[in-house]
Amino acid sequence: MQIHQYDVVIVGAGGAGMRAALESSSRVRTAVISKLYPTRSHTGAAQGGMCAALANVEEDNWEWHTFDTVKGGDYLVDQDAAEIMAKEAIQAVIDLEHMGLPFNRTPEGKIDQRRFGGHTAEHGKAPVRRACYAADRTGHMILQTLYQQCVARDVEFFNEFYVLDVLLDTDLRDGTVAEGEEVAVSGVVAYDLATGETHVFQAKSVVFATGGAGRIFKTTSNAHTLTGDGMALALRAGLPLEDMEFFQFHPTGLAGLGILLSEAARGEGAILRNSEGERFMERYAPTIKDLAPRDMVARAMANEVREGRGCGPHKDYVLLDLTHLEPAHIDAKLPDITEFARTYLGVEPYTEPVPVYPTAHYAMGGIPTDIDARALRNNTDVVRGLFAAGEVACVSVHGANRLGTNSLLDINVFGKRAGIAAAEYAATAEFVPLPESPADAVVGQLEAIRSRASGERVADLRAALQQTMDANAQVFRTAESLTQALADVKALQARYAEVHVQDKSRQFNLDLLEAVELGFLLDLAEVVVTGALAREESRGGHFREDFPARDDEKFMRHTMAYRHGDTVTLDYKPVVVTRYEPMERKY
Amino acid sequence: MTATLSEPAAVGEVPTFDVTLRIRRFTPETHGDEAYWQEFTIQAHGTDRLLDALHKAKWDVDGSLSFRRSCAHGVCGSDAMRINGRNRLACKTLLKDLNPDKPITVEPIKGLPVIKDLIVDMEPFFASYREIMPFLVSESQKPTKERLQSAEQRERFDDTTKCILCAACTSSCPVFWTDGQYFGPAAIVNAHRFIFDSRDDAGAQRLEILNDKEGVWRCRTIFNCTEACPRGIEVTKAIQEVKRAMVTRAY
Repeated sequence: MQIHQYDVVIVGAGGAGMRAALESSSRVRTAVISKLYPTRSHTGAAQGGMCAALANVEEDNWEWHTFDTVKGGDYLVDQDAAEIMAKEAIQAVIDLEHMGLPFNRTPEGKIDQRRFGGHTAEHGKAPVRRACYAADRTGHMILQTLYQQCVARDVEFFNEFYVLDVLLDTDLRDGTVAEGEEVAVSGVVAYDLATGETHVFQAKSVVFATGGAGRIFKTTSNAHTLTGDGMALALRAGLPLEDMEFFQFHPTGLAGLGILLSEAARGEGAILRNSEGERFMERYAPTIKDLAPRDMVARAMANEVREGRGCGPHKDYVLLDLTHLEPAHIDAKLPDITEFARTYLGVEPYTEPVPVYPTAHYAMGGIPTDIDARALRNNTDVVRGLFAAGEVACVSVHGANRLGTNSLLDINVFGKRAGIAAAEYAATAEFVPLPESPADAVVGQLEAIRSRASGERVADLRAALQQTMDANAQVFRTAESLTQALADVKALQARYAEVHVQDKSRQFNLDLLEAVELGFLLDLAEVVVTGALAREESRGGHFREDFPARDDEKFMRHTMAYRHGDTVTLDYKPVVVTRYEPMERKY
Repeated sequence: MTATLSEPAAVGEVPTFDVTLRIRRFTPETHGDEAYWQEFTIQAHGTDRLLDALHKAKWDVDGSLSFRRSCAHGVCGSDAMRINGRNRLACKTLLKDLNPDKPITVEPIKGLPVIKDLIVDMEPFFASYREIMPFLVSESQKPTKERLQSAEQRERFDDTTKCILCAACTSSCPVFWTDGQYFGPAAIVNAHRFIFDSRDDAGAQRLEILNDKEGVWRCRTIFNCTEACPRGIEVTKAIQEVKRAMVTRAY
């Protein structure tokens, strides 16, 4: 076992982690630990854009952006945080341009902007061009640009290191530590994938930037590696997870595959059609039609299929029609996603509509933080030195449904804030002593799996989990379906106690890695389903057929899920309301 | 014949077929220091990628089979490998597009040290990348807003911004195979991306770096890199443009 010491340790090297690293590394001694090479992170798969009210092509302002974010999130957004995000968006885009990001340009040479779902002028009157973009590879450009800057500044990376424990000075796991009592982080334990060695990183500040957990579902736009590691580690350490029942299903995944086709397609004019050729979004969102927020479009699509107006031999998808767009325009603005359609479905988007269906895309919930990315251990107390930013965190700027482009914005705004806050805290704080034998728990957990001679197979359990989550906890949910999902997850957790791997080696034991990841997925699925079952209303991405209306009286509050011992318990936290009283959500 | 289409599929049904993967394995902890071939025959669907087949082999047959992957749709650059002798991404290679009559050979990319099975040490690759100053250097004072750049100036280096650092190009280059000191196509592509960016001021320094004996002049215009690039970057052309800039000092 090796022990390292850094002022700040950042876990995860996607957009949020590297944005934090750029701030932190210029101030204090910083290390970034990532289970992937930084440029493999899933930020690179983001396509359409990053919204900021630059007003480069038409009138816009950050207050409209704030309103759209709050309304898009079905009023579960903390409005103080949304306002910060919308205001700081403008500088965040300029920062990226100064770092070299190759944005598309207007004829005057300014950053070009385009339309995106739910982003409007004058509080919902009409779509507005707010998304700054680089073709349909904006996330790729952000990831590359941030990595380039990390290279320029010699940021220290530990690549293909997998963090498996967060060390606190107080054991929070039984839920008995009183409110107000001080709790601090002392570091993390990581596993070097290349060698199988454990490394302990003592740190004054730890920033979680580990991304999402889309792999709890079968049909997902998320990478295989998005297994909610940071969320699950926090949960296991006794911290709460906020609003985990809110999962975004992106409307336009390639049918049957889940690969993302950006909302930018509809921003550029593409239209969704059912088997009758009807532009059905006109019925669901008469004002902004295909550019309604994702939860509404995904539900509309699922509803068309359910009512028999789906396309294809099994009538199980709808069509994204780009055929009326000029091929040159498609090539200039949407080159990658049209190539995905050609490569994976053999469909030529110039002339044929593309089969699409909702795909699990984004966790609105995560580790609760304040506006400086400081992680909370209950409704009010921060864990000293612990931070979270990006999809792993819940600030909450996305509420019950994230607007398109606001994730690339989130990672930049709150990644930057996390980096600054973590470094500033570390500059004055002392190291917290490590516990005795800090790596024992991790080593014990790994060796238990590695040494088990026979038992359950990772792939079987994971497939069963993803199957039940797709069937029972997707776009439409009921008490019955969620009860089934919960029972299935619990049964799988019991089987997971006997999980075993075939690969017994030390070097690059990815069999073992997948087994650990599966444990995280199961824990998170339980939280998602438990929260969804208790939330007897429909709001944003969480739709209960047995409770189809939003219920502000009972449920305009954040879910705070804890795992004490083997049970998930729920508490609630008020929503921060500043300017906008909840209204009916119509588009 | 090891891979055959089963009964003609009904309209809209995805046909299934058996496919054999012949995988170059290297597992020093368990099988000693010699690489060996292992065959896996698995059932595949018409829309499956090679990555899906590798997953089936790993998940259903032998969990020790090791390879990197992440996004599974050609944007993260994790799963470059040698497939039937050509460098490609496993997640962008559809099985139905490979010849199903013969086993599909899968090997690690060449020219980088193999650690385990299809996993190679990427550090030498990233070291070359880091050497060419892969970041914007601007000496002018930053405006409070964005710097202006015309659409034409932006278009000038668009092709090379697509690079995902998968190493398919560099590890397809015969010069790189025999001379590991050569910067390789990917590093030059990333230098190109900045040399031709109107906002950048360090073109001369990068050209100086690439004028080295292990720099662009080692390129023999073989076009393997262009063929290998899963992002469709005209890699050889980009290298030529860098060579030309070195001679003309126009960029």
